[in-house]
Amino acid sequence: MLKVTISDLNLYYEEFHALKNISLDIEDKEVTALIGPSGCGKSTFLRTINRMNDLIDDVKIEGLVMLEDQDIYNKDVDVAALRRRVGMVFQKPNPFLKSIYENVAYGPRRYGIKAKNQLDEIVERSLKKAAIWEEVEDRLNKPALSLSGGQQQRLCIARALAMEPEVLLMDEPTASLDPIATGRIEELISQLKKDYAIIIVTHSMQQAARISDKTAFFLMGEIVETGKTKEVFTTPKDKRTEDYITGRFG
Amino acid sequence: MRNVFEQQLQELNILLLKMGTMVQEIIECSVNALINQDLELAERIDSMDDKIDIMELKIEDKCMNLIVLQQPMAKDLRVIATILKIITDLERMGDHAVNISRVVFKIGNEPFVKPLIDIPKMAKLTQEMVHSSLNAFTSRDIELAKKIALDDDQIDDLYEQIYIELMKKMIQDKKIVEQATNLIFIGRYLERIADHSTNICERVIYMVTGELAEIN
Repeated sequence: MLKVTISDLNLYYEEFHALKNISLDIEDKEVTALIGPSGCGKSTFLRTINRMNDLIDDVKIEGLVMLEDQDIYNKDVDVAALRRRVGMVFQKPNPFLKSIYENVAYGPRRYGIKAKNQLDEIVERSLKKAAIWEEVEDRLNKPALSLSGGQQQRLCIARALAMEPEVLLMDEPTASLDPIATGRIEELISQLKKDYAIIIVTHSMQQAARISDKTAFFLMGEIVETGKTKEVFTTPKDKRTEDYITGRFG
Repeated sequence: MRNVFEQQLQELNILLLKMGTMVQEIIECSVNALINQDLELAERIDSMDDKIDIMELKIEDKCMNLIVLQQPMAKDLRVIATILKIITDLERMGDHAVNISRVVFKIGNEPFVKPLIDIPKMAKLTQEMVHSSLNAFTSRDIELAKKIALDDDQIDDLYEQIYIELMKKMIQDKKIVEQATNLIFIGRYLERIADHSTNICERVIYMVTGELAEIN
């Protein structure tokens, strides 16, 4: 089932044409990897899906981004509600300066859930889904910053999951982690895709190959090639894709 | 970018062609030793085969190092995977040349039960097939690879012909059973060498297109 449909998307930062005629279908319960050299537009594209680019001045966006049957750039869209449906995890773990518990409970509480037992349940469920519950269940009131980098990133994933999103955007979520913590996050992504549509930006070809179902190769603001990951990495159709994934430019 | 990797990949290609040349030589020597009943030449086959086996291990080791250290993708990975498969085919061809030399020793200097006509013809075709399959690899020529693979039918036909002719002779004269059986074995070894050439052609097609398919 299609979760997000992007058609003829163009994005300009003032005069700079950062995304050019992007069309891409994002399937539900799949991982879509966005690859490409730095500055090619991957992260900008990712941020169009939860309207994070709205926060930047002088951005002009044209085209259509549909979350199921909702045009997310329609003027009537409640952006805060949209961001509940589309969660995001960033390159560096960015827990709040609060306890582990409060990091996860923060979002649901802001959206009106006050009952302690209900919050407890959300915190436990989210931490379990993010595969960190067993490591933190006996120290939920400790500061989130006391966790290791890998644990902090899983906490941030739990924080995103607490809002019960439908789509999870991940912008290089393992870029600052060691191989063991990276392995855990990758395993987690494979688990989470059973329930969410996941879009991940990564600079690691191996990571894209390991965890994604579909890969889109970005270059200078355009999508050069999209396809099943296995095909993109074994028999890419476009020479520029071949050159990039074999390390001949980038 | 990736100049070191490019260079190592190039070296790997060259090593494979070197192994291919060694295998063509061993096949030629074994066939000549048979046709000319040259036992001295047949003596050299074992040590030639030892060198081929060492070369196979050397290339395999280089392939594994490239996979681990350079993490090749797409066409680069297909080239290395292809080389890994081709060296097994080449090594088996070398073993069949050794088998042919064993038959040369068994026949020794006793006269052939019949003038050798089809076996040299089959040997020539097989050698051409090996040579061309390696050319298809070097030039990444899938049309050539497909054509060579079809030539295998001619070799199968010749083997069938040799088999029937020698069986008939054995039925007529039981004294020749041992040598005739050995000559049938020669046909069988040549036919297997040709099959390995077909495998190489299939791998060349995979290397270029990414499609794995049996051609023949």
